[in-house]
Amino acid sequence: MLIDGLFVFMLAAFIGFEVIRRVSPLLHTPLMSLTNALDAIAVVGAIVLVGRHENRLSFLLGMLAVIAATSNIVGGFLITDRMLKMFKTSRPTKP
Amino acid sequence: MNSLPASQPIIEITYLIASTLFILSLKWMSSPSTARRGVRAGEVGMLLAIGGTLLQHGIVDYKWIAIALVLGSGIGIPLGLVQMTAVPQRTALSHAFGALCVTLVGTAEFYLRSPDLSPFIMAALSMEVILGSLTFTGSLMAAGKLQEVLPQRPLTYKGQNLVNLSLLAIAVAVAGYLIMHPGAKQLFPVIVGIPLVFGVLMIIPIGGADMPTVISLLNSYAGLSAAAMGFGLGSKLLIVAGALDGSSGLILSVIMSKAMNRSFGNVLFGAFGQVQTSAVAGQEAKSVRSATADEASAILAAANKVVVVPGYGMAVAQAQHKVRELYDALSKRGVEVRFAIHPVAGRMPGHMNVLLAEADIPYDKLVEMDDINGDFAQTDVALVIGANDVTNPAARTDSSSPIYGMPVLDVNKARTVMVIKRSMSPGFAGIDNPLYYMDRTLMLFGDAKSFLNDIVREFGGGGQN
Repeated sequence: MLIDGLFVFMLAAFIGFEVIRRVSPLLHTPLMSLTNALDAIAVVGAIVLVGRHENRLSFLLGMLAVIAATSNIVGGFLITDRMLKMFKTSRPTKP
Repeated sequence: MNSLPASQPIIEITYLIASTLFILSLKWMSSPSTARRGVRAGEVGMLLAIGGTLLQHGIVDYKWIAIALVLGSGIGIPLGLVQMTAVPQRTALSHAFGALCVTLVGTAEFYLRSPDLSPFIMAALSMEVILGSLTFTGSLMAAGKLQEVLPQRPLTYKGQNLVNLSLLAIAVAVAGYLIMHPGAKQLFPVIVGIPLVFGVLMIIPIGGADMPTVISLLNSYAGLSAAAMGFGLGSKLLIVAGALDGSSGLILSVIMSKAMNRSFGNVLFGAFGQVQTSAVAGQEAKSVRSATADEASAILAAANKVVVVPGYGMAVAQAQHKVRELYDALSKRGVEVRFAIHPVAGRMPGHMNVLLAEADIPYDKLVEMDDINGDFAQTDVALVIGANDVTNPAARTDSSSPIYGMPVLDVNKARTVMVIKRSMSPGFAGIDNPLYYMDRTLMLFGDAKSFLNDIVREFGGGGQN
């Protein structure tokens, strides 16, 4: 399990470095809000806590965690798209 | 219905597809023409992942999940609709929320599973809550400084670094103890509480000009804490998303600190605020030339090539729409107008690009520092709006300057330099800028928005040509 996880982490980090190095500096702000929204995938761990309702503490912490992460998902995707909509070129765009 | 083990492969497959979509999402961010597709891919991946999770074995309480999702959306929607000038503090706030989620889940998992925690799982949980809680308070502090509800000046005191590092060392030592003795429940609050304090102390000595690096670093921590959570829960999806976010934040921090010629350590432990006094020492009044709006507009109208250099001051004055009006007026007269973007102009990576795009300035006119620096010598007018340190020629020539070695825009090579500035007070870092005393430099004193308005009005009247 440990080594599986480390393999996945290592590969994903390499992909991350290679993919993100190619992001134009023009888009660094939307990049940050997008990765923020994606990072809120931590919500899956929180959903399980709430859904299993094993005891009051885990349930309450899970509720707060779902709320915090969902606000990042919704807000993050929303503002990223708003920002990207604003980027226009003066040349006609290729179809 | 959820006890069917048959749902497990389906869940794993949705997670696999979600991970793929996340990677594609970032890949499509490489260019403005595909970037919105990237957002769609991310959204679909997220929905799949959440849908898959709801099928998970043992989930009984759907009502409260739905309530939490609705409440979270209720907070998220306004946070997604903030003004573009508030994007840096919004971003810091969302780092805080992400870190909060991770810390809460880590805490809940510990109390559910202690003492049956293998050293590896306990190590992952410790890293998750230490990084998560310091990112939580650190990001809240950063958001407070950016929103100006907290003082922006760096606060430093003697022994600051020693105090901070000792605190962190204590937290790590306690985490080490917990890894050996995962049943020591009473010690767990220590590895949450100390990093919470550390997060506050870490941001206290950081000034506004360092925010682009710090916000990127916090982004990276938020990602790494989510990856640690993935290790703790054995979720490859979380490991992938956390690794992507962590590497993204790290790359941005490297770019930002390179653009300031400083190391991470120097940003976090260096406190820019301390070094400046010597630089301001040259107190003898040097003379500057100033100009009025109609003089400035006459010079601009006579130019062929103009480069506008925006900085944080433009954001503060909310002058980006006036900049667009000037851009339109000059373009209509056949003047070539471009924008020189320094990587650390503003308060977060890419800040200026977003503001100018908001004002409908085409992004192909926004040129990065390395691509435009060679063109300043052929530029008739360089118009600096609210930027200071990123234009300071002392960074290239004066080895005693605190910003010596920082890559700067070669604004001083333009035939005429115009600087819109409120007064002669030095910039955020308190460093004097020799650019202002050059013979070719005209200082345009006033608020950026109203001064640009006056210049544009001169063009509108058609009087000067």
